[in-house]
Amino acid sequence: MSTAKTFRVLPGFGPTLGYTLAYLSLLVLIPLAAVFLKTAELTFAEFWNVVTAPRVVASYKLSFGMSLLAAAINAVFGLMLAWALVRYSFPGKKLIDALVDLPFALPTAVAGIALTALYAKNGWIGQFLEPLGIQVAFKPLGVLVALVFIGLPFVVRTVQPILEDLDTELEEAATSLGAQRWQAFRHVILPIVFPALLTGFALAFARAVGEYGSVIFIAGNIPMVSEITPLMIITKLEQYDYTGATAIATVMLILSFTLLLLINGLQAWTAKRTGRDR
Amino acid sequence: MSIQVRNIHKRFGSFIALDDVSLDFPTGELVALLGPSGCGKTTLLRVIAGLESADAGQVLLDGDDASGTHVRDRQVGFVFQHYALFRHMSVFDNVAFGLRMKPRGQRPTEKQIAGKVHALLDLVQLDWLADRFPAQLSGGQRQRIALARALAVEPRVLLLDEPFGALDAKVRKELRRWLRKLHDELHVTSIFVTHDQEEALEVADRVVLMNQGAVEQIGTPEEVYRRPATPFVYGFLGAVNLFHGRVDGEGLRVGDARLPQQARGFGEGAEVLAFARPHELDIVPDAGAGEGIAARVSRVLAFGITARVELDGLNGAQGQHFEVEITRERVDRLGLAEGQAVRLLPSHLSLFESRQAATTAGAAR
Repeated sequence: MSTAKTFRVLPGFGPTLGYTLAYLSLLVLIPLAAVFLKTAELTFAEFWNVVTAPRVVASYKLSFGMSLLAAAINAVFGLMLAWALVRYSFPGKKLIDALVDLPFALPTAVAGIALTALYAKNGWIGQFLEPLGIQVAFKPLGVLVALVFIGLPFVVRTVQPILEDLDTELEEAATSLGAQRWQAFRHVILPIVFPALLTGFALAFARAVGEYGSVIFIAGNIPMVSEITPLMIITKLEQYDYTGATAIATVMLILSFTLLLLINGLQAWTAKRTGRDR
Repeated sequence: MSIQVRNIHKRFGSFIALDDVSLDFPTGELVALLGPSGCGKTTLLRVIAGLESADAGQVLLDGDDASGTHVRDRQVGFVFQHYALFRHMSVFDNVAFGLRMKPRGQRPTEKQIAGKVHALLDLVQLDWLADRFPAQLSGGQRQRIALARALAVEPRVLLLDEPFGALDAKVRKELRRWLRKLHDELHVTSIFVTHDQEEALEVADRVVLMNQGAVEQIGTPEEVYRRPATPFVYGFLGAVNLFHGRVDGEGLRVGDARLPQQARGFGEGAEVLAFARPHELDIVPDAGAGEGIAARVSRVLAFGITARVELDGLNGAQGQHFEVEITRERVDRLGLAEGQAVRLLPSHLSLFESRQAATTAGAAR
């Protein structure tokens, strides 16, 4: 070990790390630790009973399944939307660009009520879907619609800057080498956009898992059918069953964290495979 | 393959990029499109490639109208100024790209592809870099990889858009020589765009000089350098001294000075532009009166075989700067020093009528 202090041209490592840790602890780590501590009041058998109750398990399936599906849908259509916004100029482009952020800003309850009104049997859109045998409101499909709505900006906003940096020369080069349109997309554009797309996917997914406000209105909250996990937690809280609520929260936390870790790992792997990391 | 361009027009908004351009590029030649930025040379190259469509006119590849042919079917190899390498692919995969994109029926096997890619990488002398990624290469290496990638699909024409524009002077010079050698081996019809006159003159079989969307002159490097057809070409190729003069009897008058050169073919009193290369001017001591343009020495640069003397114009040529190349011997004999008043005598002058010439020459500077 050298005795000389490492010399840094740009100072600030000490304060920055200290600030980061303190801030993160106060806002994230301590509250999360409290969740685990509260849960620890239960014996393992009790815990297991709470978190594997059939209604709760059904809610995991709905929450995580629909969140993944919604994030996937957003990944596809968010990419298309970002592409259109970056590549083409059309009247009202600025307006549409601003509209993308609306799901961020809108109170989720407002979004939920609006979606419910639209997709209910007698709603503007619901009345046309009803004769086709498609029910959206008060069904799992309604949950999906709400989750797609709130997740869209995440994908658009993460992919947009990458597409803006993407040189059209790359596509021209691919085309002049004989690549068809879809080949150029598949082999040239997609690999470059993919890490950002994954980030957008992960963000949209994380947001969807935690979403409460917009979903409970349109979901109808029918036990075993359209109850989301956050609702199960609220239900427990309303019954003053705090440890039960934190037990479910713990499971959610662990599942979400594992999935996000997996996505990050996938991202690192693609970055390495494509030489960005060396 | 030969390329013919017929009456191409192209405008971007109100800007006219190409104004009725017609050119022939014979098979197997290496042609340079030379001109200042904004002269339309890159647009012309992109029209030939099919990356841009002309508003009017035709591009004939081997005599066939290619207007309706998509870039991917034109079999042109295009090399971009900023390489446009696929940064997420290794060098090998970059070069193999064109082969792998072929329709299933025509696609070679991976083994054939590997053979071909390594042969091409050998050709550009970079086979040892096959597993690297573009970010790990120098600019010169990247451009050579880009060229190998373009050659992989066996293009009938090679189009290079300022291929050395983003490289530093030393690498440029090396690559120039290398490109010429490569062309002599492959003999594929090639057009390259450049704004660097030295590059064009050194590498190309023929040079096409363009200005403001039109062709000014076509010729071998020697022709365009020795016998510039227009004031623009004169000003663009190499260092040059410009005098604004008037035809006066048998001779020429520049400001107060008389020059002995004859100005045949011009009317009495006609305004002319007179061009002289630095080596076509001689310096004589100022004897108060007599022939020659009065000037004052501002700097003497004598580090080569020849010395370069920079001068400021006097009487009637005020505000003008001249550059003269003479031997060092002559500098010593004249005892030139800064601030000394001398006269300039041209040994050769190229004259152009002034009216329309003044505008184009002005744009060239």
